[in-house]
Amino acid sequence: MSELRLLALYPEQMNIYADRGNVLFLQHRCEWRGIGFAYSAAGMGEGFDPAEHDLVYIGGGQDRDQRMVAADLIATKRDALEAAVAGGVPGLAVCGGYQLLGTSYELGEERIEGLGIAPLHTVREPGPRLIGNVSIEVDLGSGRRVLAGFENHGGRTYIDAGGQPLGRVIHGFGNNGGDGLEGIVRENLIGTYLHGPLLPKNAWLADELIARAIERREGERPALEPLDDELEDAAHADAERAAERG
Amino acid sequence: MTGGSASPLFAAKVGVARAVGRLSRRSGRGGGTTLPGRVLLRMAPDAISRLGGRLTGPRTVLSATNGKTTTAGMLASALQAAGREPVHNRAGSNMAWGVATALLDGHGEEGLFEVDEAWLPRVVGEIDPTLLVLGNLFRDQLDRYGELERLADDWAEMIAVREGRTGFVLNADDPLIADLGRDRDLRRREGVTFFGIEDPAQAVPELQHAFDAKHCRRCGAPYAYERAFVGHLGHYTCPSCGAGRPAPDVFATGIELRGIEGSAFQVHTPAGRLEIELPLPGLYNVYNALAAVAAAGRLGVGEQEIRSGLHSVRAAFGRVETIPVGDRSLSILLIKNPAGANEVLRTLRLEAERGGAPLDLWLALNDGIADGRDVSWIWDADFELLADSVDRVHCTGTRAAEMALRLKYAGWPLQRLEVVEGIGEALDDALAASSGRLFALPTYTALIELRTLLTRRGLAAEFWR
Repeated sequence: MSELRLLALYPEQMNIYADRGNVLFLQHRCEWRGIGFAYSAAGMGEGFDPAEHDLVYIGGGQDRDQRMVAADLIATKRDALEAAVAGGVPGLAVCGGYQLLGTSYELGEERIEGLGIAPLHTVREPGPRLIGNVSIEVDLGSGRRVLAGFENHGGRTYIDAGGQPLGRVIHGFGNNGGDGLEGIVRENLIGTYLHGPLLPKNAWLADELIARAIERREGERPALEPLDDELEDAAHADAERAAERG
Repeated sequence: MTGGSASPLFAAKVGVARAVGRLSRRSGRGGGTTLPGRVLLRMAPDAISRLGGRLTGPRTVLSATNGKTTTAGMLASALQAAGREPVHNRAGSNMAWGVATALLDGHGEEGLFEVDEAWLPRVVGEIDPTLLVLGNLFRDQLDRYGELERLADDWAEMIAVREGRTGFVLNADDPLIADLGRDRDLRRREGVTFFGIEDPAQAVPELQHAFDAKHCRRCGAPYAYERAFVGHLGHYTCPSCGAGRPAPDVFATGIELRGIEGSAFQVHTPAGRLEIELPLPGLYNVYNALAAVAAAGRLGVGEQEIRSGLHSVRAAFGRVETIPVGDRSLSILLIKNPAGANEVLRTLRLEAERGGAPLDLWLALNDGIADGRDVSWIWDADFELLADSVDRVHCTGTRAAEMALRLKYAGWPLQRLEVVEGIGEALDDALAASSGRLFALPTYTALIELRTLLTRRGLAAEFWR
């Protein structure tokens, strides 16, 4: 029997946009297929062994929590995370967690150092927070797909040289509301502003992450058993329509 | 009365806005609980302070994420028992225009206003309240309010400049609220009454997922919780700087929860002990009652009047209202954020246990501006609590599919879950499938739609009365 070992980073601090919905979604979709699901968490001051996890998740947090987490990530987890990503372990970083992947986050005078494991940086520019329903077009190697969700961020993120965006904005703001790009991809690591939570609104991405996690561990891409996704598909269609309406 | 508020020009503007209100009510298209105030504020942006200045008696302002309308209703009921009829935005329209509309419509010397969390600092600046009642802060509509910490910072600034001019009634059990009652040196501010729950038997076995105050407001260290009652409301201390829960002046003991029917408990006040029978369910309403008792005490209402006021309080619009529909009954419980929804779910589970039968439910999830366009919050609420307690479930609203999806992943039986488009059709289906009592859980704009539908069918009174 296959098994997926999920590692959640800072679930107590980085959970502002119902991030547990993403974890819950992965858990059920594994269990319904007879794939074992093991959950573990690494919080403040705790390191982890990259060889013991198949999928890494980090969500969004309030400014104060994000500041604390940024310093702790660098001190206790950067090397393990870099090793995991370089080794092809899939990861999903949402909103604040996405910003922390980059080199820095500038808030006026203040500069928060990021992990620097993805080529991007974030700045707080004048102007309102970027809030609303959003849809993007992505191609993760199996053709064009749509991700739909909700975004709510003050920071504007820019991809640096050599970086590959997750997708192009169809409706909404994306990374910075200007260049039409959204998110980032490095190996099997995905960073994005889309919450909502993201995976329940986009079951296909949840299954893609599960398949990649098992493929990396077992060396062969599994054929995931199809599930009855009537509600999942309807929720995705509603989220897409909401983004269209603006 | 100031010369300004009596100026002929201002009086004319007031007259126009009142006429708009009469027309809007006569047209029957809406309650007229916001439009007259909107019109007036557009013509005279300082109207709230001018009209508020005419209130010569106590001016009470009340805010919280959850329980504003209910707490204000309890306090109004106690004041009414004492023969006092405050000017009050009783329909729950609680942004600036709702307050302005109440001031236009009301007559009297005393004011009682519930105010939206984000509008609070501004409205407080204009009303110049004599008493400020603050109940709780939970994560809610992040797309509209922004981060909780920032809201708490805004409130802290507001309180600091009002010390000495305004009395405060504050929840000791919510660290985000309690901390407002102390200055930088942890000295208790002048004129503060703290309230809280002192009944360890009511603590939840484990901290809930939607937990919004993990870190000390002062030093950032994690709070140590001895127990929690509702979300992050409970008994806590900061092991690092010592800013713990202040001892409450008004507190509840011996709480007995009676499912959807309500609760009974004792309230201890500096003046003595009251036996309270409350016809509204759940621990969250015990908190609302404590805020109302503490505020009523500060406003000079006697014990007997407080007791009878709470005993006879009616559910606020859509907060546990029960309406007969043919040979069925419909109980409406508003859900709008994780903490509030969790308390509704806890109450329903208790109700299923007491009745020994699973419940029929109707859930309506909308994503209008007043609901929060971001429906993420349903994934933070603990719908898992009811997985074993439901029979037939109908989901509707603009985001019905995602509601049903949440329930599926909370372990609710998929074969009993239905998604029905259209609030009216979904309600008819749910009533037809129910075995007697149907519990309706709408978000705010879905509640308005439901209420309009029931009014049209002659089943419910118009809410703006």
